[in-house]
Amino acid sequence: MVNAPPPNDYLAYPDAQGRFGDYGGRYVPETLMPLVLALGAAYAEAKADAAFQVELGGYLTNYAGRPSPLYFARRLTEHLGGAKIYLKREELNHTGSHKINNCLGQILLARRMGKKRIIAETGAGQHGVACATVCALFGLECIVYMGAVDVERQAPNVLRMNLLGAQVRPVTSGAATLKDAMNEALRDWVSNVEDTYYLIGSTAGPHPYPVMVRDFQAVIGAETREQLLAAEGRAPDALVACVGGGSNAIGLFHAFLNDEAVRMFGVEAAGDGMATRRHAAAVNGGRPGVLHGAKSYLLQDADGQILEAHSISAGLDYPGIGPEHAWLHDVGRVRYLTATDDEALEAFALCARLEGIVPALESAHALARLPQIAAEVGAGGVVVLNLSGRGDKDLATVAARLGLGALEGRV
Amino acid sequence: MSGGRIEARFADLAREDRAAFVAYVMAGDPDAETCLSILEGLPDAGADLIELGVPFSDPMADGPAIQRAATRALDGGMTVNGVLDLARRFRTGDEATPIVLMGYLNPLLSYGLETFATRAAAAGVDGVIVVDCPPEEAAPLTDALEGAGLALIRLATPTTDAARLAIVARRAGGFVYYVSVAGVTGDKPVDAEKIAPAVARVRQACGLPVAVGFGVRTPDQAAAVARVADGAVVGSALVDAIAEAVSQSRDPVALVLDTAAALAKAVQSARAGGS
Ligand SMILES: Cc1ncc(COP(=O)(O)O)c(C=O)c1O
Repeated sequence: MVNAPPPNDYLAYPDAQGRFGDYGGRYVPETLMPLVLALGAAYAEAKADAAFQVELGGYLTNYAGRPSPLYFARRLTEHLGGAKIYLKREELNHTGSHKINNCLGQILLARRMGKKRIIAETGAGQHGVACATVCALFGLECIVYMGAVDVERQAPNVLRMNLLGAQVRPVTSGAATLKDAMNEALRDWVSNVEDTYYLIGSTAGPHPYPVMVRDFQAVIGAETREQLLAAEGRAPDALVACVGGGSNAIGLFHAFLNDEAVRMFGVEAAGDGMATRRHAAAVNGGRPGVLHGAKSYLLQDADGQILEAHSISAGLDYPGIGPEHAWLHDVGRVRYLTATDDEALEAFALCARLEGIVPALESAHALARLPQIAAEVGAGGVVVLNLSGRGDKDLATVAARLGLGALEGRV
Repeated sequence: MSGGRIEARFADLAREDRAAFVAYVMAGDPDAETCLSILEGLPDAGADLIELGVPFSDPMADGPAIQRAATRALDGGMTVNGVLDLARRFRTGDEATPIVLMGYLNPLLSYGLETFATRAAAAGVDGVIVVDCPPEEAAPLTDALEGAGLALIRLATPTTDAARLAIVARRAGGFVYYVSVAGVTGDKPVDAEKIAPAVARVRQACGLPVAVGFGVRTPDQAAAVARVADGAVVGSALVDAIAEAVSQSRDPVALVLDTAAALAKAVQSARAGGS
C-alpha cells in the first residue's frame, strides 16, 4: 500500500492531465488520443454552460425521477443495533439504478457533439439498459458490448435492451465478462472514429471519463447532504457504497470529500473469498497498473497480465477500479473493505425481509458490511448507504445459487 | 547494445532506393522454440526489420488474429523475460537485423521500466512500440529507453493532425510507425494512394523514416505501400499463417517464411517495377 500525503482540497482533482495523484491519465492508442482530447474539451464547455446544466436537470427531474428519496431504514437500524441507517434510494430511479444519471449527462453531451452512433459496455446490464434507454429517448443508434457470460446471467436486461432498440453484441474473448466487453467497445471506437460516441458506464477509462462520470453521479451526494440536513439537521458520520468501477460510490462521496468528519467506506467484491484469488477486489487484492486507458489498482499476475475477476455480481466483476478511488485509498480518505458472494447473498435476503426492498447484488455488497460500520459509528450516529440498484435482474442468479425456495423463512 | 541498427538499416535501404519489409510475429506463437525458428528464418526470407510482439491479456488495439496469437503465446507460458530471451538468442546469429518489440504498457510497467530497458538493450533489442502509451504519457518510458540507448518508436494515425504531429515528433526515435487506417490490426485494407500525403507529412515533421502498418496483408498491398513509404509492416497475415498451419498440423515455420518471402519480394521490386 502506498502512502501519499492527503491534499488540502479533494475537489481540486484531477489536474489538467486527468491525474489523481499518480493515477488516471490517458493511456489510449494514438488513433483515440485526438478523440479523447476533443471529448475533454467538449465536456469542459458543456459543464460551464448553464443551458446544458438546466437541460440535464430537467431530464433528471422529469424523466429519471430525481431526487431519489433518502429513506430511514428503521427495521434495519433496529436489527443492527448501532448507528441510524439511511438508504439513498437510487434503485427507484427510472431503469432501476444510478446508471441513468450518467447516461443522461453523456447523451446530452453526445448530442452537443453531433454524434449519431452510441456504443457502450455493460456488465450487469444496468448501464446497458440505461444507455439503451437514453438512446431510445433521443432516437440514436445504440450498440452494447456485453460479455457472453453476462448475457447468460443477466438475461432479463438483454431483453430490455433489445426492447429499447439496442443491439447487444455478446463478447466471447477472454473471460467473456465486463473487462472483455470494454476491450471490444474500445476496438469499435478505434474503428469508428468519425461518428461514434463511447458512453462509458463507470468512473473508469481514460480522462475525461472518470471525472465526467463522477460529476454526473455527484448529484447523489449533493441530494443526500440536503436531505439529511432536513431529516437530522446534520451531516452523516459515515457513507458506504459498493465499488465496481466506482461510479455510485464516488457519486455519494464527492460532496463530502472535504468534510473530514465524514468517514467513507467502499466495498469491493471478494467473490469466493480473498484467500481464493477468485475475487474482484482491485484495491484489496491488486496493485497499480494500466488498463483501459487509466492507471489504477488492477488484478494482475507477476508478469503484468490482467487477471479475470470473479464475483456473483456482474456489475462488480471487473479487475480494476476508477483512478480516483485508487488515489483516495492511497491518501487514506476512503477505506476499502470487501464482501464475499455469500455475505452479499445474506444481505440481499436481509434487506428484502426487513425493509421490503430487493437490492441489486452489487448494492448487497455494501449492505453486507453495514453491521461492522454501524457498530463502529455507534448508536446516535448516522450512516448513509447507497442503494445503487434494484435486484429484479438478479433473481435468477440468486435462485440458481441458493436453490428455489431457499430464501423462504430466512432471517 | 543496440548500436544504431535501425538507422543503419534504413540508411542502407535508402541507398538502394527501396522500402523496408517489416515482419511482425508474436513472441511465443505458437511456442517459444517454433517462434525462434521463424525469427531465425525471417532475414533470409527478406525481412529487413523484425517486430516482435510482447503478448498482453487485453490487446485493445488488436483484431482477432493478433488477439488469438497473444492468447496462444500466453497459454504457452510466454513472459517478458521469455520475449527478451528470444531476442537474445536471435541476436547471437544475426548482428544486423533490427528488432523492435511491440506491445502494451502494463507488462513493461510491471517489469519495471528501467530494468526492462537495460535488459532489452542487453538482449539486442533496438526499439520499442507501446500501443497504449501516447506521447503525453510517455516521459517515464522514453527516459528509461533512451537511458539504455533504445528508441521509443512513435505512432501516427489518420486522426493525428498537424498540431499533434509536433507532439508525436518531439522525442521520436528510430522510425515512425504510421497506422494506415483508423481501426484495429488486421481490419480494413490500406489505401496506399490515400495515405501517401500523410506519410510525407509525417516524414517531414519527424525527420525519420516512416513505416506503414495495419491493413497491409497481400504482396500487392505491400508493394503499393513500399512505393509511398519507407517501410511496409505486415502482421496479421503472418500471424494468420501460423494459426492456419497449427490448425492443419502443418509446419508453421515453412508457411510463415513462404508468406514472408512473397511479401518481401513484392516490397523489393515495388519501386523498380514502376509506380
Ligand atoms: C446496481 C449497480 N450498482 C453498482 C454497480 C457498479 O458500478 P459502479 O461501481 O460504477 O457504481 C453496478 C454496475 O453495473 C450496478 O448495476
